[in-house]
Amino acid sequence: MADTTLTSEPVQSDNPVTGIDQSAGNFSYKVDYEFDAGTGLSEKTVEYISAAKKEDPWIREFRLKALKVFESKPMPTHWATKDLEAIDFSKIRYYLSSGQKPKRTWDEVPDDIKRTFERLGIPEQERKFLAGVEAQFDSEAAYSNVKEAVSKQGVIFMNSGEALKEHPEIFKKWFGKVIPTGDNKFSALNSAVFSGGSFIYVPKGVKVSHPLQAYFRINAENFGQFERTLIIADEGSEVTYMEGCTAPKFSTSTLHSAVVELVALKGAKIQYITVQNWAANVFNLVTKRGVAHEEAEIKWIDCNIGSRLTMKYPGVILKGRKARGEVISIALANDGQHQDTGAKMVHAADETTSNIIAKSISVGHGRSTYRGMVHMPKHLKGCKNNTECDALLINTNSRTDTYPSITVRGAENKVQHEASVSKVSEEQIFYMRQRGLTEAQAMSLSVNGFINDLARQFPMEYSVELKRLIDLEMEGSVG
Amino acid sequence: MSTSTNLVTSVGAFSAEAFALALESHKGLPSWWLERKEAAYKQFTSLAYPSATDESWRFSTRSGFKLDGFLATNSPATTAAKDIGLPGKPALTFVNNSLTESNPVDQALTQKGLVVSTLKQALKTHSEVLKAHFMAQDQRLGSAKFAALHTAFINDGAFIYVPKGMELKTPITIVHSASGANTAVFPHTLVITEENAQVSVIDYFVSDSTSAHFCCGANDLYAGHGSKLNYVGLQNWSTLDLCLQMNSTVVKRDARAQSLNLHLGGHQARHESLSQLQAPGAFSEMLALTIASGEREFDQRTLQIHQAPNTKSDLLYKNVLQDKARTIFSGLIVVDQDAQKTDAYQSNRNLMLSDSAEANSLPGLEIQANDVRCTHGATTSRVDPEELFYLQARCIPEAKAHELLVFGFFEEVLNRLEDDELHAALRTIIQSNFN
Repeated sequence: MADTTLTSEPVQSDNPVTGIDQSAGNFSYKVDYEFDAGTGLSEKTVEYISAAKKEDPWIREFRLKALKVFESKPMPTHWATKDLEAIDFSKIRYYLSSGQKPKRTWDEVPDDIKRTFERLGIPEQERKFLAGVEAQFDSEAAYSNVKEAVSKQGVIFMNSGEALKEHPEIFKKWFGKVIPTGDNKFSALNSAVFSGGSFIYVPKGVKVSHPLQAYFRINAENFGQFERTLIIADEGSEVTYMEGCTAPKFSTSTLHSAVVELVALKGAKIQYITVQNWAANVFNLVTKRGVAHEEAEIKWIDCNIGSRLTMKYPGVILKGRKARGEVISIALANDGQHQDTGAKMVHAADETTSNIIAKSISVGHGRSTYRGMVHMPKHLKGCKNNTECDALLINTNSRTDTYPSITVRGAENKVQHEASVSKVSEEQIFYMRQRGLTEAQAMSLSVNGFINDLARQFPMEYSVELKRLIDLEMEGSVG
Repeated sequence: MSTSTNLVTSVGAFSAEAFALALESHKGLPSWWLERKEAAYKQFTSLAYPSATDESWRFSTRSGFKLDGFLATNSPATTAAKDIGLPGKPALTFVNNSLTESNPVDQALTQKGLVVSTLKQALKTHSEVLKAHFMAQDQRLGSAKFAALHTAFINDGAFIYVPKGMELKTPITIVHSASGANTAVFPHTLVITEENAQVSVIDYFVSDSTSAHFCCGANDLYAGHGSKLNYVGLQNWSTLDLCLQMNSTVVKRDARAQSLNLHLGGHQARHESLSQLQAPGAFSEMLALTIASGEREFDQRTLQIHQAPNTKSDLLYKNVLQDKARTIFSGLIVVDQDAQKTDAYQSNRNLMLSDSAEANSLPGLEIQANDVRCTHGATTSRVDPEELFYLQARCIPEAKAHELLVFGFFEEVLNRLEDDELHAALRTIIQSNFN
């Protein structure tokens, strides 16, 4: 393979996205990679990945088949942004591994990786307290620790690569069932080259007391991350999963394309929380979907702040009677960013309910898009959906779009959709300035107020982080 | 494979020969008109049919838009237009693309410059005005191919020109009708209101109910500075017809345009409505009522474009769905970068009266200015059981209460009309169409 050493000093070159301060947030280290599939995508790449991971033949076949699907599907630019065409699949690295087996304790984690986490600002206390850390460092989990209390409950929480080997009986049953390979071009890509991600199985009736967390980041230039997460909550169980990411800022586009599948069996509850803060050159094209069986509940809390282009529409298939799906979405699009986010709710049983609340903020030349789908197909009874989208435009050249799609059959269902677009109230700003706040502070406070009711649903540390991130993004947007 | 390809590229009876024949009958009309028709025919044959990836045809039964089987030549009128239940006599009546009857408007008004004539006539008297306004706006809602077909094959239509400052009290009614099996009609109404003028125009579309027709109509409404243009399109084609209507409204400074489209007929009916607010103070009100029953499909596409600051648009589209009917509402509000202080509203309400009906809503926004007030809403539900209970508690039998609530659902739209007589007439028409 090519160089196993990458110079990852911040490269100062032409950035396609103008107006971005490249020096801010350069979390980048020199790292030695032991496995590297090189750039470009072919059957060879896929076979290399499969061999490097010592996978069973069925996984290899699955990957190769997915590659064909990926190649056969066109870019969805008939509805999505043309910016997708800027992705050069031949220049992306599809697999990198630091070559380590997932670690059990913090002490075993190599120092240089620890240093990376330190710079990412994961607090010391939090590291110790984390219920289980699936710290994904590039492709492989560098650190994995399921808190004793959790594993005692019978919860399986591990890297998906490991789980494929250790728990194929559970994995195989659900793998690729919620999001089939051919769902879209990027889910096919992920199915071909996936590595890393989390696997969680919560046994019947178990209520996981601590939220499970995973941090990961992209560290190599031109390197895409294709994690695959599968969470299964067995009957009557409850689990919360948190995912947060930061990435170093690089000047050539990086691609992140994850697939996340959730299965909530009868009466189970899954809450999936994401704070996405990729660097402003990352294409973040993620497919997330859950299946909620009878009386089960799936809630996606999704916050998008980073990336050049995010396309992500977390969905819930409400398969069982009285199932419930919810998407809470916050998006912040700054100069050169396009947050194309939304939600999908497919009602497939009687008395299912869904709720979508999306708030977006566009700053500078930023563009935020809400794209939603609500589907009530057959002759169902008592299904309800409520959708609210609010957009806030900060500057005169900010942009927002709303593209919902609602299909309802039958007279026994009820759907309502509402959207509004507004700007920060001048009176509010005036009031705050009168009381000694600077314009930027007032603006920041006002924007935080706009999303406050949603931010409160995040766990404490995330909402604090969110507030900090918004303050940071609002700096310089005024004037 | 080859047969399906043939289907998709088929021009039906609208062949080059048929076009040459149609053009022949327009000889002697201005050369720009003939040139435009020729260009349109070329465009019609070169443009592709809507495809599966065409967002502006999402949810539509595209396979229903086949031109095969319709006739390019006009069959003679077999039925005369009946009483249409609207106040006053129609000013112009077209049957199968030709004028059959006209009732001259007040001479005092024509002397002051009012023109109510056919397009053919106007091509002689107002060629420049027509050149500037006839099908002049971009087809941005997906039917460019059919718009080209319309321009290529149009034979005649209505031309209404209201001069500066003239305020017309009574509405001008135009009847467009189709009769005979497989007839294709291309109705067109062009209305221009000059500065501070005022007019109400009603288009009434009707066809015999014994056979299918292809009704490919369009209108051009142009509301000049400070004018007031009210338009009602009453679509009552036969329930066997394939219908497409492409409407375009341009609203200038401080002008106000109101259009109400009633959709009653058609087996598959698509309606495109484009509203452009081009100068400060412009206001466009877009209203529609649809009664969808049987296995019919109503497809409505709207676009509100705010191109200047301080403009306002308000859209309210209501659908009542019965039996196995399908409706599609796809609306988009576009606010251009300079259009600060825009006030735009878009609302789609679907009332479901059947378990087999299907309502699709695609309410969209594209906003590029920050100092705006833009909201939209879409709801789909049945008659509110609490409202029903309230009426029943007051001794109104359930069936009657249900009917009252459905009629009440329509009233919200009809109440926007300023003309009480017209309101009453439309109410009667709707109620007689609703069982």
